[in-house]
Amino acid sequence: MPDLLIRAEGVSKKFCRRLRLSLWYGVLDMGHEFFARNSDATKLRKEEFWAVSDISFVLRRGETIGLIGPNGAGKTTLLRMLNGLIKPDAGRIEISGRLQALIALGAGFNPVLTGRENVYVNASVLGIPQAEVRRRFDDIVDFAEVGEFIDSPVQSYSSGMAVRLGFAVSAFLKPDILLVDEILAVGDEGFQMKCLNKIGELKRNGTGIILVSHNMHTISTYANSVLLLRKGRHDEYRNVSEGVREYRKVFLRKDDLETQEICSGNERIRFYQVETNAESFLPGDTFVAKLHYESDEEFPDVEVDVAIYSSREPFLHFQATNKSYRRKMDLKKGGHSLEISVEQIRIHDAQARITIAIWTNQRTELLFWWRIPALFQGMEHSTGNSYLNITFREFPENTSAVLPATDSILS
Amino acid sequence: MKVVYTPDSQMRRPGLLLRSMWRDLLDSRELAWRLFLRDFYARYRSSVLGIVWAFLPPVATGLVFIFLQARGVVRFGETDIPYPVYVLVGTVLWQLFTESLNAPLATVRASISMISKVNFPREALIVSSFYQILLSLLIKVVILAGTFIYFKIPPIWGLAASGFAVFVLILLGMAIGLLLTPLGLLYSDVTSSLVIVTQVWFFLTPVVYPTPKSFPFNLVANLNPVTPVLSTARDLMTIGTIAEPTAFAVVCVLAVLGLFAGWIFYRLAIPILLERMSA
Repeated sequence: MPDLLIRAEGVSKKFCRRLRLSLWYGVLDMGHEFFARNSDATKLRKEEFWAVSDISFVLRRGETIGLIGPNGAGKTTLLRMLNGLIKPDAGRIEISGRLQALIALGAGFNPVLTGRENVYVNASVLGIPQAEVRRRFDDIVDFAEVGEFIDSPVQSYSSGMAVRLGFAVSAFLKPDILLVDEILAVGDEGFQMKCLNKIGELKRNGTGIILVSHNMHTISTYANSVLLLRKGRHDEYRNVSEGVREYRKVFLRKDDLETQEICSGNERIRFYQVETNAESFLPGDTFVAKLHYESDEEFPDVEVDVAIYSSREPFLHFQATNKSYRRKMDLKKGGHSLEISVEQIRIHDAQARITIAIWTNQRTELLFWWRIPALFQGMEHSTGNSYLNITFREFPENTSAVLPATDSILS
Repeated sequence: MKVVYTPDSQMRRPGLLLRSMWRDLLDSRELAWRLFLRDFYARYRSSVLGIVWAFLPPVATGLVFIFLQARGVVRFGETDIPYPVYVLVGTVLWQLFTESLNAPLATVRASISMISKVNFPREALIVSSFYQILLSLLIKVVILAGTFIYFKIPPIWGLAASGFAVFVLILLGMAIGLLLTPLGLLYSDVTSSLVIVTQVWFFLTPVVYPTPKSFPFNLVANLNPVTPVLSTARDLMTIGTIAEPTAFAVVCVLAVLGLFAGWIFYRLAIPILLERMSA
């Protein structure tokens, strides 16, 4: 068994924006290929662009590389080149060992045929000998959990069932290299569990894996390193949490970093200054905003609404008002200040906005609404957008067990 | 086992190319059979008349021309054997040829989603389409046997030899079809024009009329590669002689060479085609 499974050097691929032109280039490329003529593939023709450019990496036995990047960064194109489906336009790919791609589950399925018949077709497409399928057929049906549906046409299956059946056949193979393209997005939780367990099992047995996923939890769980593709460039991170953090920055929008003053008072009250104690925060820090106002009248029992959310992380959301904390707030006549503190921040690794809004009683009138950007920094060796205080203890107590700081343990 | 992918043309290393072609052909046997069975079951399971559809087209075409000739609407000249037999054998053979011509492109096009996601030996599709043609041949043998019995044509030794000519007819059709497959996958024009071309070609081939001997009509026989093969197959079946042995031999060689060139072209073209089509 070789130790080095994939070696990619300067791999590039170009695509064409226009269909007509693209088809014509296809004809030219076929001609060049067939007559062994030199076409200068490294030059861009009209309307062409580099979809993948100059990617180099190695995949070793037992290693998992997380391939991440925004849509259109070339992840799938790279996988297709590694799988030998399309040729690189520059560079060189060396594959040592048996490669399997968990990309199209249930390839070759015909909807009219029964699950049983399709298992044999699919296995054939994947190169599994019929005799072996026959021998382990019951295992496949058990793993797919399709039960007596195995003799019904596949078109009567739910989409989840068809995918499970496809995965059950694929799960047979013990490849040296596995390419996984976002398959975990389909199927219910139980099925995802099975997929992940299968991947873990292969990893233990030394399979090298290239895992494409938009789920950073999956990436941090399985990857040993991260290859982050962005338009026109790529970076490799030996430190997964650093790669994940860089990935998140790709989606950072500029307006997330600017304060938005939607409402700073009206003809009766003016908020003339807002101070915050810092721009970036570590878990455990306290965020303090001080609002200075000048009011012509008194606003009793106002509602101060504090919300924290991020435009690109849908799960990050928090909202509460002073009423949540049973705290009555009044705005008094004259020049005064208001202080709002979010204590011991537990948000982590996110660019978020903190919105502070002040309403009169019963929310009849809006007095103040600002969106203040805040950068919540990430801690080493941890991902996710909340950071909890976790205590680790061992018995008998070991008081001197503190890890050396940061990176030295990774390399 | 080490595989290397580079931008270089595979034709630069012909030894490696031939070896991998041979290996993939061997590897594709089981898959080809599976795909053939899949398509066979799928086609007939969703059809009421099922296998009847395989019999109808050549019989229908044949009957039309038998009717026209009998009524004197068309006069094609004398044939060595009863005209209905001549026409039925001709249309059956012609249909076999057009099926062979269309099979590679149709099979590959129907499997595009599979090709673009899984790296299996591409030869399997061509072999499975060959199996489909053989099945169709089996059905046609039944039609011909019925015709021969009905018209009391005595079985002769040439019948056995005609098998070879029929095989060459299939190879010739598949060779042309395979050469057209890569282009046909890129441009839908190829499929559209094939329909018209085969229609015209039908009348440029002595299927329903005897081979013309006089200029300029004999060009049909001399320049059309299907003519010597189809005529040879029909003559061997019915009268047991070969009219144009040289022309037949030339087309045999052309068919084999064309099939081989088509195979290489198809193999080299697939990766290039896949990047031009959606994943």
